[in-house]
Amino acid sequence: MTTNDSIIMNTELLGVVVTYLITLLLAIPLGKVVGRIFRGEPNALDFMAPVERFIFRIGGVDASRDMTWKENLVALLTINAVWFVYAFVMLIAQGGLPLNPDGNPSMTSDLAFNTAISFMVNCDLQHYSGESGLTYLTQLGVINFLMFVSAATGIAALVLVVRAFLPEKTNLSGNFYVYFTKAITRILLPASLVVALILAFNGAPASFDGKDQFISMQGDTVNVSRGPAAGLIAIKHLGTNGGGYFGANSAHPLENPNYLTNMVELIGQVMLPIVMLFALGYMINRKRFSWIVFGVMTSGFLLLVIPTLITEFHGNPAIAKLGVMQPTGAMEGKEVRFGPLSSAYWSIVTTIISTGSVNSMHDSSMALSGTMQLLGMMTNAFYGGCGVGFLNYYYYLIIAVFISGLMVGRTPELFGRKVEAREIKIASMVALLSTLLVKGGVAIAAWLTVNYPNADWSVKPSAWLNNPGYHGFTEMLYEFTSANANNGSGFEGLGDNNFFWNFSTGIVLIFGRFIPIIGPVAIAGLLADKKFVPQSAGTLPTDTPTFGLMTFAVIIIITALSFFPALALGPLAEYFSLK
Amino acid sequence: MLILLSVIYPLVVAGIAKLAPGGGAGETVTVNGKVVGYARIGQKFTEDRYFNSRPSAVDYNAAGSAGSNKGPSNPDYLKTVQARIDTFLVHNPGVQKTDIPAELVTASGSGLDPDLSPAAAKIQVRRIAKVRGITDDRLNQLIDEQTKGPLLGLFGPSTVNVLALNVALDALK
Repeated sequence: MTTNDSIIMNTELLGVVVTYLITLLLAIPLGKVVGRIFRGEPNALDFMAPVERFIFRIGGVDASRDMTWKENLVALLTINAVWFVYAFVMLIAQGGLPLNPDGNPSMTSDLAFNTAISFMVNCDLQHYSGESGLTYLTQLGVINFLMFVSAATGIAALVLVVRAFLPEKTNLSGNFYVYFTKAITRILLPASLVVALILAFNGAPASFDGKDQFISMQGDTVNVSRGPAAGLIAIKHLGTNGGGYFGANSAHPLENPNYLTNMVELIGQVMLPIVMLFALGYMINRKRFSWIVFGVMTSGFLLLVIPTLITEFHGNPAIAKLGVMQPTGAMEGKEVRFGPLSSAYWSIVTTIISTGSVNSMHDSSMALSGTMQLLGMMTNAFYGGCGVGFLNYYYYLIIAVFISGLMVGRTPELFGRKVEAREIKIASMVALLSTLLVKGGVAIAAWLTVNYPNADWSVKPSAWLNNPGYHGFTEMLYEFTSANANNGSGFEGLGDNNFFWNFSTGIVLIFGRFIPIIGPVAIAGLLADKKFVPQSAGTLPTDTPTFGLMTFAVIIIITALSFFPALALGPLAEYFSLK
Repeated sequence: MLILLSVIYPLVVAGIAKLAPGGGAGETVTVNGKVVGYARIGQKFTEDRYFNSRPSAVDYNAAGSAGSNKGPSNPDYLKTVQARIDTFLVHNPGVQKTDIPAELVTASGSGLDPDLSPAAAKIQVRRIAKVRGITDDRLNQLIDEQTKGPLLGLFGPSTVNVLALNVALDALK
């Protein structure tokens, strides 16, 4: 490597490291602000109170009334069901509705089913392309709307769970509607506005103008899709949603115009998961606990991101054999303005938290990077999605408390409450369900491709895969993993806009979202109803590094081992075949 | 809530973005009063007299962005890359295969990548110099002028916008 090359790599590496550090510098103090918001203490965003009162009045919500955890769950699920019906109707009718300057058609019912669910559950798996699959009305009225409310649902669910950590015995867990509304008015909306404006001033379109046409310098006629994208891109990251305005997501030069916007989008998506972690510590007065959880999550994150950075920087061994040089690493599916390191960093960030937006095409990532991306989604708790990240961590936590309690012969308890058979059963079921959904789904899909490659469907199973061999298997594995983790990124070569994939991933999406919300809220409700036992010498402390290590081991054992066979058949096999 | 999130919020963003370059509808590049492209959207440059842009999986269709989604081990894909290398060598006699940067034979993520690395532009200098009758030095200097360094000189890669570079190239006389 010449000195010039190493200077180039240094600026790229520095870019990635500084991006991460800025995220932490912003997230830690903001955690305290958010903590104050949900404790109902005076905070910097009290000027939004009139807007909230107005919303409560129209919605008929009594903001002062606390509800039981069951009432809160019913509220959460009902409001989600209403959004689903609304989104579905809008999508199948969009072609005939206003604000459609490009004359895009309505969705088929299976695609609308998949899309409505996908955005309702904060997954944003996209089986369409934004330029031709949606209208401005549905981009704003459905996609943009669901991005806000699904993120707020996750945050509100987390607050419901956290309430159970407080010492007083109670069967009440606060008011879902209040948390939900404040998550939007005081967190998501103000932050999105800031990010949207940064994007707009760096070249992301925000106007309602339709497609434009120009003649290029070589004389080609080019149509350019545009539209109100900046606002959507902002919430897509802050809410860890990830659904792109354009088909190529944040690889698209109008969706992510330069390195500055790339940093902003990266910071935006990692920020709230970390903010919520520190907010949690503030809400329950256990800052040490937040730091331990943060340490566990960060270790997991580094374990995934470092190998990916190295792999992408070294480039594709198969291309190296063809004799060209790869001074900027593996470039298939990547953009020059981001480079391999920032693309590798993004690919891990977007899979460990549940964003699923991309600035490079994961299908063309190196095999080892693909493994790391899959592991990020399979764990889904290293930082994790907006609010729900900690909920996923929570069931690992319950299991870790139980196992370590048994190991040292003490009654397992978490924050002064005994963890008993019922809670463990729920947590184990949640933990095992994802294996069943992902591997079951892949098994069916693989079985169909092998045995019925020419089934008389609109898209034959033999045409699903864009790549042969191990990589083709990984495409299917990635799709189901992404659906279950509510991630939304994809190995986009997969021909997924057809009945089988729309329907099967739609089902996985629902379970993958709501079971991990219902489980922890139920456990928290059950725990809060128990008598509080003050901490004593016989208590196993949960805020020590030792316990953090224990949780980490539980995460590795549950996730890595349950998915290892599938990884071995897909990306790992490809990795060794490329060696 | 729907009104706040889906009507007021995008309208506020659109309103303030009117002040941004291009009025929030995308910045265009004009030559002699004619729009020749969008500043941030890559376009197809395949002719020998221009700096060529990267291969695109969607042929630079700015209304249907996408990458190739080819896996790193896919044999058909590797054949495509081989063919691109061969084509490049035919159009750029004298260039050694080992000096071709991979970005010139691989497709970008969006299919609309507007940039090249300075190295990928400089390797095309000899060809363009011959076609246009300009010295190598003048072209290398042009690339240096058009190169955008890392953000604040610290973060990220150096890039050259191909459209801006070619507009400047046409302006050389």
